[in-house]
Amino acid sequence: MIQDYVVFVGVNIVLAWSVYVILLAGSLSFANGGFMAIGAYVSGVLTVKFGLPLVVAAPIAGIVAGAIGVLVGFPALRTRGIYLMLVTVGVAVSVKAVIESIDYVGGIQGFGGMVGTTQWHVIALVVLVGCGLWLLSKSPLQRILDAVREDELSAASLGINAVYVKVVCFGVGAFLAAVAGSFYAHYLIHVTPDQFGIVLSVFIVLYAVLGGTNNMWGPPIGAAIMTLIPEFVRGLESWRPTAFGVIILGLLLIRPDGLLAFRSVTARTKRALTISTSDVAKSD
Amino acid sequence: MVRMGPMTETPVLAVENLQVSYGPINALRGCTLEVRAGETVAVVGANGAGKTTLLRAICNMLPWSGAIRLDGVPTDRSPTHKLARQGVIHLPENRGILTTQTVLENLQLAFDTYPSKRSFGAAVEEAFAHFPRLKERQAQPAGNLSGGEQQMLALARAIISTPKILLLDEPSLGLSPRMVREAYRILRGFKARGMAILLVEQNVHAALRFANRGYVLRQGAIVRQGEADVLAHDTELFNQYLGFT
Repeated sequence: MIQDYVVFVGVNIVLAWSVYVILLAGSLSFANGGFMAIGAYVSGVLTVKFGLPLVVAAPIAGIVAGAIGVLVGFPALRTRGIYLMLVTVGVAVSVKAVIESIDYVGGIQGFGGMVGTTQWHVIALVVLVGCGLWLLSKSPLQRILDAVREDELSAASLGINAVYVKVVCFGVGAFLAAVAGSFYAHYLIHVTPDQFGIVLSVFIVLYAVLGGTNNMWGPPIGAAIMTLIPEFVRGLESWRPTAFGVIILGLLLIRPDGLLAFRSVTARTKRALTISTSDVAKSD
Repeated sequence: MVRMGPMTETPVLAVENLQVSYGPINALRGCTLEVRAGETVAVVGANGAGKTTLLRAICNMLPWSGAIRLDGVPTDRSPTHKLARQGVIHLPENRGILTTQTVLENLQLAFDTYPSKRSFGAAVEEAFAHFPRLKERQAQPAGNLSGGEQQMLALARAIISTPKILLLDEPSLGLSPRMVREAYRILRGFKARGMAILLVEQNVHAALRFANRGYVLRQGAIVRQGEADVLAHDTELFNQYLGFT
């Protein structure tokens, strides 16, 4: 039971981060449920039909999804705003449709036989991805991502290849979603294309947005709360979806920038002040 | 670059028959101009003459036809970021400041653009020597700066990225008269160091006082060109093309 919670919360945290990584460069992706499906199926085929171990299959599935993400991302990320969102919705819908039509992986019946995910796999993944994002936030790359997100034209004037930055983020986001999908599938044993509908993608975006997207800690908190709330409102029976909806609305009303949204300017100012005071100390 | 005398010298920037249209509207109808090494060139004209479009086209921010050459080499529609790395530094009308980033971070981004032998610290010291006000505000988000300070930051960024040619879009826009004088005082410093500058301005007097040569843009075409001080005293020009005296 505890293992269920750990695995589902962990998988959803990584999914929320996969949306966050893409958001870092300023694009909103509703395709991550699709990338998760690619991860689940590719790794499933590799372990069930080819006998590869899960820890090998998951990164391979991630790389496949990442490559597909880059391929799709290149033309898609030249579009902006609402059009880009629609393209990513299209990606999610087509991935599901394609999987449904492939008999090799069971079509709409789904695909089964995947085993092997333990809570330790998921915990290790969360820690690894978290460390990666933390290092990123301390690196000069973060500044480049901030520039692209704020103003692509100004970023280009500064010599930053904005399209490249966005495509790489899209690829990394797809990779993370697929690895999470691999572990998810190998925990559930059997998956069907239905599970990876567009609603899943919407939920993944909600995890990130409800948690807050201006630092790396918001998405995991959003994912954890959104995963656990439905468990605790189980007693309401058929009112459960309604209660869930009301809670989401309430959260958005109380904290429109997400639960963990520090005012970004304040957070930044603090960091910058520490830098400058240390500089002053040096020059003295 | 080897200097071969004024007649044979390749211009830093040469624009030939540049045309840009926004749908059915021709914003630029065949502009030809050049900026030589160490020269300051002003393009003046009324609102809507195509000044901003001209700079954006040079940076390849919009589709254009014609020819643009840097040091004699066609740019072949290199993307904006590649041109920036080749030293074509564009300060747009909105100044291109990243408002959520601190002053220091804005400078760091400009420094990263261009390979440099200097350390970032040395570059920043130099910039702060020109703009002491920025030193005081280095830890603040650029969005908290006043309009004048943001312009200073934009200019500081321009120094740090050591441009081959600096494209300036209305540096006097939205500034108080005192700040306009201050901005031009700083730009004179750039000029004295031999930086090639292409400036577009509605503030004709300030621009022509500052530049070596000028072009007058009207409805997307160059209608006059010449030495800046000659243009500055051409009353007919002001009446006919610029709509004021």
